[in-house]
Amino acid sequence: MPSLPLFRTSLLRECWAYRGFILASVKRDFVSRYLGTNLGFFWAIAQPLAMILIYTLVLAEIMKPALPGQSSRFAYSIYLCAGIVLWQLFSDLLNRCVGIFVHNASLLKKANLPKLAFPVVAMLSALSNFAIIFALFAAFVAAIGAFPSASIVAMVPVVLLVAALALGLGILLGTLNVFYRDVEQSTAILLQFWFWLTPIVYPGRALPGFAAELLAWNPLWPIVGFAQTIFLEDRIPRWSTLAYPAAVALAFMLLGWLAFRRLSGEIVDEL
Amino acid sequence: MAHLRVRGLGKAYKRYPRKWGRLAEWLGLGRQHHLTWILRDVTFDVSAGEAVGIVGANGAGKSTLLKLITGTVRPTAGAFEAGGRIAALLELGIGFHQEFTGRENVRMSGHILGIPAARIDELMEDIEAFAEIGDYIDQPVRTYSTGMQVRLAFSVATAVRPDILLVDEALSVGDTYFQHKSFDRIRSFREQGTTLLFVSHSPGAVKTLCDRAILLDHGKLLRDDLPDAVLDYYNALVAAQRAEYEVWQSSRAPGRTVTRSGTAEATIESVELLVSGRASRTLCSGDAAVVRVAIAAHASIPALTAGILFRDRLGNDVFGTNTFHLGASPSSVASGEPLTVDFSFPRVALGAGSYSITIALHLGDEHTHANFDWWDRALVFEVMPGSGPVTIGVCSLAVEASWHTQPSATWSAVSRSPQ
Repeated sequence: MPSLPLFRTSLLRECWAYRGFILASVKRDFVSRYLGTNLGFFWAIAQPLAMILIYTLVLAEIMKPALPGQSSRFAYSIYLCAGIVLWQLFSDLLNRCVGIFVHNASLLKKANLPKLAFPVVAMLSALSNFAIIFALFAAFVAAIGAFPSASIVAMVPVVLLVAALALGLGILLGTLNVFYRDVEQSTAILLQFWFWLTPIVYPGRALPGFAAELLAWNPLWPIVGFAQTIFLEDRIPRWSTLAYPAAVALAFMLLGWLAFRRLSGEIVDEL
Repeated sequence: MAHLRVRGLGKAYKRYPRKWGRLAEWLGLGRQHHLTWILRDVTFDVSAGEAVGIVGANGAGKSTLLKLITGTVRPTAGAFEAGGRIAALLELGIGFHQEFTGRENVRMSGHILGIPAARIDELMEDIEAFAEIGDYIDQPVRTYSTGMQVRLAFSVATAVRPDILLVDEALSVGDTYFQHKSFDRIRSFREQGTTLLFVSHSPGAVKTLCDRAILLDHGKLLRDDLPDAVLDYYNALVAAQRAEYEVWQSSRAPGRTVTRSGTAEATIESVELLVSGRASRTLCSGDAAVVRVAIAAHASIPALTAGILFRDRLGNDVFGTNTFHLGASPSSVASGEPLTVDFSFPRVALGAGSYSITIALHLGDEHTHANFDWWDRALVFEVMPGSGPVTIGVCSLAVEASWHTQPSATWSAVSRSPQ
């Protein structure tokens, strides 16, 4: 095995050379999903909207005592949405990345495209979907007069952190998925557990002690909690709470990159 | 200069006998795989502007070689150096999306091929014109016929002349008209200096298009020479393999995927195509050939007839006759008598292409009387272009052309347009 440099800047140059392909793919991904439907763009937002509606209707009254100090009758909705928009981004991007090489097999085998262009497409697609849902959420918050002040700026690193977590883990799983297709199947299940192991629908402080200790390992909790505080209390929590998720994200990125770098030559052989 | 230098190129795939072997290897439990070499130690040079054909049987490594040079597959050993932009026509219509219009798909293909968007827009008119799909360009690709998709895909794939072009034979699709058109385009690239690497099963195409040919066999480069020499060698190789194959086959039941039917009073034991006295599966248009049929009679038969039928690639009857009509049927055949019948053709006037031979044994002038054995596609062979003029079609008629200053009377009568 010849020793490889940890990173080659030429990889970035290759991706840049194919920026036309990347942008066209993002556009195609977006358009193709709603092509031929009558309501088109509406379907892009229908699914998260339905989810938010159901949880709000079912849980808003029960959850009210769990959010002390919140007088607004929309408090639970805001709490829920802040978590769900981030979760949507995370699961969307992770799902895309896990199938990324397997689903693009014919392109990878027959056309000489830089492999890294595919995760970039996934990230841009997921982020643009997120942007739409987030804009709707922001409009809702503004409409009820609860739009946070300058603290909203802190959402930028929060979003980047979620994307980094999903991308790192996604590339790692996506690479492994080429060799063991079981990975994609188990990811779907993993995501279901992960959703309920993150305080999104329920408040974290409602957890019993042992559960809270266990869930402290979940890197998404501090990030989601950060966003919930921004929107519900209009203040930026201590940045140090993000240190652990940032470290995990970095570790995933590194692991994903190492796996990809080690196996990228074999990916096409195996597809 | 757009040369291509290939040095010791090899590709091996890892085979893991155990399902979790790869995982075990990742975890540092030592080597769990063995390598299966698909291509090994291939070295050759293609100088700028040269056209080289790559021939070989299925699984010889032809496509793998192209994929390595394209860059999609990473070599296990060796290296190659290319002196210019490489374009590969390995498969048409990669990345075509059925719901998008032809125009949108052309843009996407351009991106995949690495052609800048502005350049694709400039070329759009040419691409449309070459594909000849008219207003369909703005319709979703799902409404296209297969032929239209292929035309559009080929048109965009060859919109920009590459320095080095790799062509897989899978390209010979679409109708004959477009096949010719696409061949013309590849030929014109050649004339403008494109270096060509052309994979084909069809000896005819290699002969007409290439300056040189390379023969791959089981992943190794066997010959690198002029197309004629390499193709002859290849034919001999195929014939030798076939002979072995039939020896092997005769030890088993003769039940291949060909249709055989009949009452079996007499059976066809073997069918052989002989060119210059040697068993062959290829010949040149206009060559002499003998079809030798070995027959075993299992009963006494008063008037045994052997029939022969040539069919083209698509199964159309091209030529057929039998020993009854040729006045060559034996008066009677005794049981157990081994027989051979030779159909001798002083000049096989078939056009270039692939043909099959069907042999039948029956009574009298037609097989409807009593059909002993009917063997569909007993043998498939290839006709390559001969030394004569270039022709198309399944037959090669003897023809001469001459010009006259005065048009012939019938010609002028037919072509005069009514006023």
